[in-house]
Amino acid sequence: MTLGIRLSVVVAVLLGVAMLVRFETPPIYTVQWGYRGTGMAQIFNPHRVAAAVAANQSPAPLGPVQSGGQKASAVYKNVKVLGDVSVGEFTRLMASMTNWVAPNEGCNYCHVPNDLASDAIYTKVVARRMLQMVRHINGDWGSHVALTGVTCFTCHRGQPVPSQIWFANPGPPHAQGFAESWVGKNHPSPAAGLAALPLDPFSPFLQGTDPIRVESPAALPGEDPHSIKETEWTYSLMMNISQSLGVNCTFCHNSRSFRDWNQSTPQRVAAWQGIRMVRDLNTNFLLPLAHVFPAGRLGPLGDGPKLDCATCHQGVYKPLFGVALAKDYPELGLPSK
Amino acid sequence: MAEYQNIFTRVQVRAPLSAGVPLPRGSWRRSGRPFFAHWLGVIGDAQVGPVYLGWTGVASVISFVAAFEIVGLNMLASVNWNPWQFLRQLPWLALEPPPPGLGWQILAPLNEGGWWQIAGFFLTASVLLWWVRTYRRAIALGMGTHVAWAFASAIWLFLVLGFIRPLLMGCWCESVPFGIFPHLDWTASFSIRYGNLFYNPFHMLSIVFLYGSTLLFAMHGATILAVSRFGGEREIEQAVDRGTAAERAALFWRWTMGFNATFESLHRWAWWFAVLCTLTGGIGILLTGTVVDNWYLWGVKHGIAPPYPQVFPPVHDPGLLSRAPQ
Repeated sequence: MTLGIRLSVVVAVLLGVAMLVRFETPPIYTVQWGYRGTGMAQIFNPHRVAAAVAANQSPAPLGPVQSGGQKASAVYKNVKVLGDVSVGEFTRLMASMTNWVAPNEGCNYCHVPNDLASDAIYTKVVARRMLQMVRHINGDWGSHVALTGVTCFTCHRGQPVPSQIWFANPGPPHAQGFAESWVGKNHPSPAAGLAALPLDPFSPFLQGTDPIRVESPAALPGEDPHSIKETEWTYSLMMNISQSLGVNCTFCHNSRSFRDWNQSTPQRVAAWQGIRMVRDLNTNFLLPLAHVFPAGRLGPLGDGPKLDCATCHQGVYKPLFGVALAKDYPELGLPSK
Repeated sequence: MAEYQNIFTRVQVRAPLSAGVPLPRGSWRRSGRPFFAHWLGVIGDAQVGPVYLGWTGVASVISFVAAFEIVGLNMLASVNWNPWQFLRQLPWLALEPPPPGLGWQILAPLNEGGWWQIAGFFLTASVLLWWVRTYRRAIALGMGTHVAWAFASAIWLFLVLGFIRPLLMGCWCESVPFGIFPHLDWTASFSIRYGNLFYNPFHMLSIVFLYGSTLLFAMHGATILAVSRFGGEREIEQAVDRGTAAERAALFWRWTMGFNATFESLHRWAWWFAVLCTLTGGIGILLTGTVVDNWYLWGVKHGIAPPYPQVFPPVHDPGLLSRAPQ
């Protein structure tokens, strides 16, 4: 029997070590979020909240400059987006963009040193298009970004390439022939919290416009054509949104009926708009840029980098915990009220 | 004196090795030379073997190995025949049923669910042959066939999930993948697609019998262990006498909750709870998608799902608003 006890102790110690390594350290706080008894709760781990706050600090804006004076287009050549902005504001924004996107690389990450007007370096072409994208988001997607808006820093965080981007995912290498062919899932999916769900929920839903709604709208069988397999794709997308925002399902949904809007939270509407916004940005801004990037910046299937919820949110329900940096840069197109 | 009082069986009763009662005419021979195993004696009877295989046993084992190999080799192919990745990703790997486009095609292309169908056929054959085996071995021992019918209840749920319901839905795609995590993801997706299975009354019943089974098993197991110091594990021979372990066990429950099962009826309770768990569960699955498409809405319609006060500002489907962006 003592052998059995010793074996049990060894197993218990091994399990304990495994738990220390793999599991979250307590405490876990549960905050009620909807009507009592409905399980509408948000779960927080103070360690993780502290880490998220530390990792999501917004930089201070550069000091304001006079808005009058000559326009940028009168002083500089080849200014296609910010031509109407004053030289002072233009220079301030260029300096800020360097801080936000390429603080270590400096101006020459995009500009040819002796000819600032040149478009010879691809990053300048990309940066111009991204500037247009930021102005489009701030100006036309108030339904998602409200008056908080976005800047380059929202995604870039001081890195030339944002840390959270995606490419079409062909999955790990598969045997060919008459063995089961690739079904898009059944491997650990980093996009879906390491579930066995689809590895690439982005291509169909955040680039394409595949239907996300799979739950039947009627009590009795009728016309609803959606399958369980389709549901797994939607499930993967929802897991991705959940981990991108650092929230539970119940941030948006009442899980008794995921589809019912009347029992959902207002955040679900913002998320719905966000999905449309991401589709718009991927289709109209990022996909057309694919041919501009060098091969090293492309995905395994030769597609360009694209964005999803995590690109801005980075694990937080509001990017940078809702700091409104864009309001200090009117040239980024945020409406004043 | 040695007693049965612990989690493990501290006493190993060892009689001389025995093949058991003589077999009826026409039987196969029992296979394997019996031997004692100490560690098995800790959790049960220390004698291992001989096994009665019979043709159903042999056919069942062959069918199971076929299904197991088909699933395992397809999983291995899905990691490009890499044994290390196979071990590392094993809980995630799966063999999928045919996609929706193939409907109820009798044999799908091998790489599009055909292997799943063949594996399913052999697994079903294996399970059914094993059922025949449990039935016929019970008859051979002069027993009732209760074990076989309890097993049949589990087979019912298995067949509903993998065959009968997909048949009624007209699509193999409605069936379950063979895989550890994937079948769990499938289960969650099944519930989401069909509007929350918790509002399915047969799912409710199945849970009652599932949890009820654990409760009954805990009560019965605890009771018998508690009176094993009086020889309580020898249930039936004590049931008619006064002052025995059996009477103490019965009195314990009569005193604590006013009612006690008998040593005989308790096993009926346990048998029915276990059998009804998969029986009602199978009915619940069978009705999903065939008779009811959204269990939550069905629950609202029939007064099962109550409305709760709205605590958030009114939320409307933005997809229904005019001029909504695409």
